[in-house]
Order: sequence, then structure tokens, then C-alpha cells
Amino acid sequence: MNLPHIDFSVITPELIVIATALVVMLAEFVGAHATPSPTRSHRIALIALLGLVLAALAAVAGLGRAATDIQGMLVADDLGRYLELVVLLAAALGLLLAWDYLPQFTKMHSEYYALYLLAVVGMMFMGKSTELITLFVSLEILSVALYVLTGFHRGQLAAGEAALKYFLLGAFSSAFFIYGAALLYGDTGSTHLVDIAARASGGFLTLAGLALLLVGFGFKLAVVPFHMWTPDVYQGAPTPVTAFMSVGTKAAAFVALFRVLQAAGVSYATWSLVLALLATLTMTWGNLAALRQSSLKRMLAYSSIAHAGYMLIGVTAGMQLGLSAVLFYLFAYAFMNIGAFAVVSLLERPGYHATQDATIDAARGLFARKPLLAVVMAIFLLSLAGVPPLAGFFGKLYLFNAAVQSGWIWLAIVGMINSVVSAYYYLRVTVLMFMTEADETSFLRSPLSNATGLAIAVAMVGTLLLGIFAGPWLQQLGQAALAFAGS
Amino acid sequence: MAIPLSWYLIVAAALFCIGFYGVLARRNAVAILMGVELMLNAVNINFLAFWRYVRPEEPLGQVFAIFVLAVAAAEAAVGLALIISIYRTRKTINIDNIDLLRG
Repeated sequence: MNLPHIDFSVITPELIVIATALVVMLAEFVGAHATPSPTRSHRIALIALLGLVLAALAAVAGLGRAATDIQGMLVADDLGRYLELVVLLAAALGLLLAWDYLPQFTKMHSEYYALYLLAVVGMMFMGKSTELITLFVSLEILSVALYVLTGFHRGQLAAGEAALKYFLLGAFSSAFFIYGAALLYGDTGSTHLVDIAARASGGFLTLAGLALLLVGFGFKLAVVPFHMWTPDVYQGAPTPVTAFMSVGTKAAAFVALFRVLQAAGVSYATWSLVLALLATLTMTWGNLAALRQSSLKRMLAYSSIAHAGYMLIGVTAGMQLGLSAVLFYLFAYAFMNIGAFAVVSLLERPGYHATQDATIDAARGLFARKPLLAVVMAIFLLSLAGVPPLAGFFGKLYLFNAAVQSGWIWLAIVGMINSVVSAYYYLRVTVLMFMTEADETSFLRSPLSNATGLAIAVAMVGTLLLGIFAGPWLQQLGQAALAFAGS
Repeated sequence: MAIPLSWYLIVAAALFCIGFYGVLARRNAVAILMGVELMLNAVNINFLAFWRYVRPEEPLGQVFAIFVLAVAAAEAAVGLALIISIYRTRKTINIDNIDLLRG
């Protein structure tokens, strides 16, 4: 029997992360009678961080190279490499947040970081898969790891509840996803996206299959009306996990959605209307629900639904124009959203409460207590709201621009109105930080640990730099998008 | 071939809908999980039927079905662990009573 030739260079970054995950898992057994301690946890986290950095270097080294693939199942093109960079960036920032957050509530550091890295691997594979089985398996790798991570704070009732809800709805959505995959397989006799594109009949099986796949994606992207789990899960999960998955899952799922939609290119005109309606619903619902939240994490959860809606505008605009804008937005979103979650993690009271998450009141008078932190948080929030000259502004600008150029003018207008609405709840927090006095409801975990400080600094620098160098960066991403759209 | 493809598809669709109904109607977390498993296995029938009738020369459908089984097993393991962990702290797995997070 001939074994198929496998070009392992296609998955170098993934292999590095997998190896790191294994090392991290075994690190628990190194050193006899070693008791779990913060130093031990930091050592494990450092190994994990090194693995992420190495994988990112491997991904950067591949940029610009021609696309290679493994048996048409996984492809290493620039789109996939940029996706890996977004995921690794989000993972590294989330890991820095967990650095001192994790020892507060658990002693199982190896397990946490190993699962975390496996979730990263799932996301990276998902953005690179060009075949439905690979896509499904990578989707499940990331989902199963995230179910456990969500419920990692075992003593806390909210965490368990969030994990259960995430699990039940996630498994439920997987069923739709594979039903869609089965129908496409029945239609074309293949699970490779290339063959599906070539052989799709365009009849009932194709349409139903794609619709069911879209439902599966909708759950992962937290698109209204498939968003019900999002606020609960984001609120109940440990904040570092929330920060990481809000960016990583979205990035992976959006890139995979682009790949699937390219396979469905024949009926793109039909799909774009559905996507436009979903985008409108998602933005509007997310922003309106965020207006009336009193928990910071829940507010950011609804805001992340809204941001998924903005990115759907880019998907609606199509491969040529929308893809580079979505990629740019994902980078911007990674910096500003994780930055905001980093500050929120400092506002949480430690301990075993039913819900220990920070309310908006915890931010009261933050400027008087920690001026720098308040300014940084304000910048993250303003960037999320889309205020120039920050990264979030250019992200939205490019998305709306792509919509206008592809003829979706009303969609761009809806997006702009939504940005204005969203400014209200971002500014409400800013006003509380700057214009009110600290009272008994305000809280700040102190002292600020170096790792969290580093994460906030990186996110801050990224938010500013992406704003300043928006044009050149978009061009870079545009080349990757063009290479993909032309392929 | 005596049995046409559509019969298999109808059975699969019916099973999928039964599982779907179970997920929506049941309040016990384990029963919901059973509904999900029913949905996954209904899809497996689809895969095998399509493999046999559409392209029997390539065993893609079989392979997909095996992956779905493996994933379903992993999900069941994680899901039951979560349910046990919740039962230990709350003494209930009725999802109507697990309602701390809302709004």
C-alpha cells in the first residue's frame, strides 16, 4: 500500500503548537513532589507562550510563499497564515491575562494551558481546511477544548452553567453543521470544497446543505438568531478564556466561512442577501441588548455579537473587497477587545461568588485611582466604538467602504447607525471612569501584575499602530485576499 | 437495488427531527444530550446512504461517519463530565433551574 505524500511544511505552525501542548501536559510530572504554586504555573505558561511565539514566527516565515496543500484537505496560503497570526496573537494576549488570573482559582495549570493550546490548534486548522471532514474535526477540536475551559472555574456556579449551555448549544449546532456537510456530500459525492464548487448542482441539496452549514457557522460566530449562548458563556467563563475565544473563534470561523462561500460561488448573489439580513439583525440586536447591561463582561459579550455583525458586512461584500477588510478588522478587534477584557479582569473581585464579574459600577472613579489605566481603557472602548484615529475606526471604515463599493449602500448606512448607537454604551463606561468619584461599588485588583500589564501594553500599542499604519497594513492583507479570491 | 435512496434520507430526516424535538422539549440535560446524539447519528445514516448511492468507489462517506462517531464520543465524555460537575454543586441537572446567568 502506498502512503500518501504529506508535506508537513504546510502545517509547521500547528505542529509547533501541538508539540508545545504535549510538553505542557507532561510538565505536570517534572520535579518530584512539586506542589502547584504560582511559580510553577508561570513556568508552564512561559513554555506555552514560547510555543505560541515560535508558531507565529513559523507563520510569518511562510508569508508570501506560494500556497501548498496536503491532499486538498489543508492549505497553507497567505489567508491561512494571517488567520494563524490573528489566532496566535489572541492566544498570546489571553495567555498573559491568565498568567496571574489562573492561580487565583485553580491548581490545574498544565491542564488549562494544554487545553488552551489545543483550542488554538483547532482554530488554526479550521482556517486552513479546504475539506469538510477536516473543517468539522478542527471545529470540534476547538469547541470541545473551549467547553472545558469555559467551566474551568469549578467552584463557581456561573462557570459550570456557562459551560453546560455552551456545550449543549455547541453540540446542537454541530449536528446542523454536519447535516449540511452530508447534503453537500450527497449532492457532489465529494467533501473537498474544490470538487463541491465544480460539481454542485445548484438544486435543493446544494441550497439546503449550504443553509445548514451557515446555521452551524452562525452558532460559532454568534450571529443573531443563533447567539443565545454568547452572553451567558462570555459572562460565566474565566475572563482570559472569554477574551481569547471571543477573538479566536470568530477569526477561525470567518476565514472558514469565506472558504466555504467561495466553494458556493455559483449562488453568491442569493447568499449575499441572506448574509446582509443576518448582518443587520446581528449588529442591531447586539448593540441594543448591550445598552441595558450592568455587567461589564456581559456588555462586552453583546458588543462582540455586534462586531460579528460588522464583520458579516465584509462577508456580504464578497471576496474581492470584503475579505481584506474582514482580516483587518480581525486584527484590530484582537487588540482592542482583548485589551478591554484585560482591564475588566482587573475590575473583578476575586473569590467564590456565584457571579464575580465586574459591574459597570466597578469602573467608577477609575481615573482618580489609576489615571493611566483609565486612559488606556478609554482608548480601547473608543476604538471599539469606532472613533478615529484608532484601529477600530479604520476597521469599520474599510468594512463600510467595501459594502458601498459592492453596491450594499443601505447595509453600510445600517452599520454606521449601529456604530453611533454602540458609542452610547462604550461612552457610558468612559464617563463613569472619568467623571464620577470612587465609592464602595468601585473595585480594582491590585497590584497590577507584570503579565497583565504587558498584555494591556501590547494591546494598546497594537490599537494605536493599526490606526496609524492602517493603509499599508490593509494593502498587505489585500494581497493575501486577492491571491485567495483569484485561486 | 430494491430500496431507493430517498427512503434512507426520509428516515434520517425523521430521526434528525425527533432528536431536534428532544433537544427543545426535554428539560433534563442528559436527555438533551441524547437528543443531540440522535441528530448526529441521523446524519450518519445520510452519509452512508449517500456513499452507497452517489459515489461508492470512494469511501468518503464512511470516513466522515467514523469521524462523526469519534467526535460524538468525545463530546459525550466532556458533556457528561460537565453535567456531573454541575450536579455536584447544584443537586439538579434540570436546565430550568440552572438559570443564574440571564439578561
